[in-house]
Amino acid sequence: MAVRYLGAEVQRMEDPRLLTGHGRYVDDITMEGMLHAAFLRAPMAHAKIRSIDASRATALPGVHRVIAHADLGAKYSHRMNQLYPAPVIEQDKTQYPLAKDEVCYVGEAVAVVVADSRAIAEDALALIDVDYEALPAVVNIRTALDDDAPLAHADTTSNLMGKMRSSFGDIEDSFAKADHVFSAAFMQHRGGCHSMETRGVIARDDPWGDGLTLWTSAQSPYLIRRALATWLDESEERVRVIAPDVGGGFGPKAGFYPEEVAISLAARLMKCPVKWIEDRREHFVSTTTQRDQHWDLEVACTAEGKILGLRGKVTHENGAYVPYGILLPNSSLTPLPGAYSIPAIDVSVDIVFTNTVPNSPVRGAGRPCGIYAVERMVQVVSRELGIDPAEVRRRNYVRSDQMPYETGAKLRGGAPCIYDSGDYEALLEKALELSDYSSFKERQAAARAEGRYLGIGVSSCIEDTGMGPYEGTTVRVESSGKVAVRTGAASQGQGHHTMIAMIVAGNLGVKPEDILFESADTAKFSHGIGTIGSRVAANVGPSAHDAAFQVREKALKLAAEVLEASEADLDIEDGVVRVNGAPDLSISLGELAVQLTPMSAMRVPTGFDPVLEATSFDGSSGSPIACGSNVAEVEVDPGTGEVKVLRYSVAHDCGVMINPMVVRGQIVGGVVHGIGNALFERMIYDDQGQPLTMNYGEYLLPLASEMPRVDITHMETPSPLNSLGVKGAGEGGTIPAAAAIVAAIENALTDFGVVIDYYPVDPQMLTELIDAGAAQAAE
Amino acid sequence: MADTRDIELTVNGESHAANVETRTSLGDFLRHGLGLTGTHMGCEHGVCGACTVMVDGEAVRSCLMLAVQANGQEVTTVEGLAEDDGTLNALQAAFWKHHGLQCGFCTPGMLTSLTAFLRDNPDPSERDVREAISGNICRCTGYQGIVDAALDAAKTMQKGS
Ligand code: FES
Ligand code: FES
Repeated sequence: MAVRYLGAEVQRMEDPRLLTGHGRYVDDITMEGMLHAAFLRAPMAHAKIRSIDASRATALPGVHRVIAHADLGAKYSHRMNQLYPAPVIEQDKTQYPLAKDEVCYVGEAVAVVVADSRAIAEDALALIDVDYEALPAVVNIRTALDDDAPLAHADTTSNLMGKMRSSFGDIEDSFAKADHVFSAAFMQHRGGCHSMETRGVIARDDPWGDGLTLWTSAQSPYLIRRALATWLDESEERVRVIAPDVGGGFGPKAGFYPEEVAISLAARLMKCPVKWIEDRREHFVSTTTQRDQHWDLEVACTAEGKILGLRGKVTHENGAYVPYGILLPNSSLTPLPGAYSIPAIDVSVDIVFTNTVPNSPVRGAGRPCGIYAVERMVQVVSRELGIDPAEVRRRNYVRSDQMPYETGAKLRGGAPCIYDSGDYEALLEKALELSDYSSFKERQAAARAEGRYLGIGVSSCIEDTGMGPYEGTTVRVESSGKVAVRTGAASQGQGHHTMIAMIVAGNLGVKPEDILFESADTAKFSHGIGTIGSRVAANVGPSAHDAAFQVREKALKLAAEVLEASEADLDIEDGVVRVNGAPDLSISLGELAVQLTPMSAMRVPTGFDPVLEATSFDGSSGSPIACGSNVAEVEVDPGTGEVKVLRYSVAHDCGVMINPMVVRGQIVGGVVHGIGNALFERMIYDDQGQPLTMNYGEYLLPLASEMPRVDITHMETPSPLNSLGVKGAGEGGTIPAAAAIVAAIENALTDFGVVIDYYPVDPQMLTELIDAGAAQAAE
Repeated sequence: MADTRDIELTVNGESHAANVETRTSLGDFLRHGLGLTGTHMGCEHGVCGACTVMVDGEAVRSCLMLAVQANGQEVTTVEGLAEDDGTLNALQAAFWKHHGLQCGFCTPGMLTSLTAFLRDNPDPSERDVREAISGNICRCTGYQGIVDAALDAAKTMQKGS
């Protein structure tokens, strides 16, 4: 059966609402009797709380209450739950919703003011007197494990949160038989969330009615429901979590935050709805970020550049608490062979505490770091052996005839990491062609003749997408003929409504505009997981496909009885079942739904359940591996260190594309995020743990004026792991970007022998490297 | 007691009289005073452009302007952009066609900024458009769809005029 809309550039159904100002984000929601909250946050990175005196704040007109840890009572005095427990976590430190007696990062919530308005609540913050006793803070991951390093938590003896290792193949043998061993050490820094909508929560507690309802700007309402119900020691049935329109997520909105607990408790204490909207300054200090990783690697290779092994050590910054378990370090290790067939790998990670905001995945999670590391080492091999970067890659790719290819690494949960499909070399060739790689040397020489420095950088990646185990969908035909489609997956702009409507409409034979789509409300669909790790298309896609197919089958079976025709002669188009060759014989899906779901004293047709509905949890039977090759062309001004990205070419394969327009949007947005990581985004702390970049003048995000046009070409290698052949597409733009940009900058500055060991690459760093290179050349 | 003033202003063609706190920003007044929540607050410090509205035809950051400063002026928000019959205007339609939005949070500010820009620059180059929205941050789209939409809308509007 043809899925008619699959692959069509359907304009998004969510857009007319958003284009006319009729979105409904958390801060757009108001309710009767609602109060407003503001959080008092720790001003020091590490301190004991000696006392809190809120009397002046409470006396301010319009303030209803100031709540600190001690006001919550014994029932609510425990730390937040660990969402992702793992045996390697040696110190499982989660925070209290409101700090108890110690604060461990600037921005940690200490108290919450509830007032008539947000402005009054913020006024009151200045009137709360907290007596802190400053403690030494640890900030630098390179020295955090030294014997004399300050401790991030007063009650521990080490800043080591845990250790991990990815190891496979015979690493000793690989290094013993190598013609060459090269090493490189580098730091990677990834910034924060910076969704244009900050976080925000409204809680309403109705103990005799609906229970506790939370509207929250989040990616994972079901995870929050479970975590909150567990924390409160209440039934999940009594906790409803709704993610309304969400203005971007990018990972940090996938967690469970102290504010979600504190605002729930505030609503419970105040017996009225309470709203909190994060301001941008708070976003910098209280929304989780990704930040530093230091890598120290060795690569073993043959004289021809065939890589035999990779080994080394990573230090991973965890921040002050462990809200996400080991998700980040783990997703840094998993992609380690990258797009290459590397027989042996042995890399271990020390995960260290610092007195900074807890870390979480940001677009791509650890994948951009793992891929950057592999790509750097490929670059080192290319440079040291004088082989073209594209050619080194050709010599090392996993070949399409090796698929499915088991890398040797393990996914989260211990399953082997298997590349299901793809042709990495063909993809590279497409990227090279798109970028006019073969004529670059001429462009470079012509530019040099004018005194301009151009450089080109290549980077390839794989992306493990579609993490299971499921994300279900219900499809139900209503008596009106409209089709209600519900799923748990929250959208933060990815166009789920359109994508799922296309799949259901095509499969069921209705118009996409007749689909009534609802998602991300735990009261509307039994169970979901969340929108993380490019998993929705490869999980909701198949479940929507299957549920629609089941409803179709049921409709055709009933229609065959009603129309006295053979099922094989029936077809559904625009919501009407027709008999082929007998155009007058027809019945609409709405009428079938009424027949199937009669009111009292009528008969339900024999052999049917009384609803024209189906629910499916069909998903992907493994992790579909998307892949891409990127080519960046830059110009560097050696006088100022300014980097301009002139061209950016992407060849990408995310399997069958449901809506190519949406895929392009994901890739371009992802690439720009990756360029931001490579060149701009830097969250700086001083050595006392004070954040120094707290607004968009100090912390730079990529702007339209600095971004190149991104050229994209696709391959569509269907994934064998799900019914649609799809793979995720949300992060494949970001993952390889930093490696391509950094390689291009080095290429532009070959004359100066510039080697970059840190990103974001800023003009000051570059001019220093250029000056050092020029001085060395002059000697 | 809070310091307040009486103001009168026109928003999307409708006149409003209100008593506002002097410290209330125009953006907060539009959102919470008038319920026009299409205008979004992204940074509240004048950099992201999400809160942009038009005041007497000029694109203005409503987080940096006080409501009292808008006294006697004419304000247009994203809710006032569509055609009178509710259909999308040329710029909105072009955003829809070119996938110029994902989460939609920066969109109102992009639309209002570009409305003022295209009125004054009916035939812009890609570079012009990129400079024009360099004060509007979008975290989702990578800007390409927005730029394509603006260029396409400029063509449509020129044909229409
Ligand atoms: S909210 Fe006004 S510029 Fe960001
Ligand atoms: S569409 Fe999300 S910030 Fe622009």
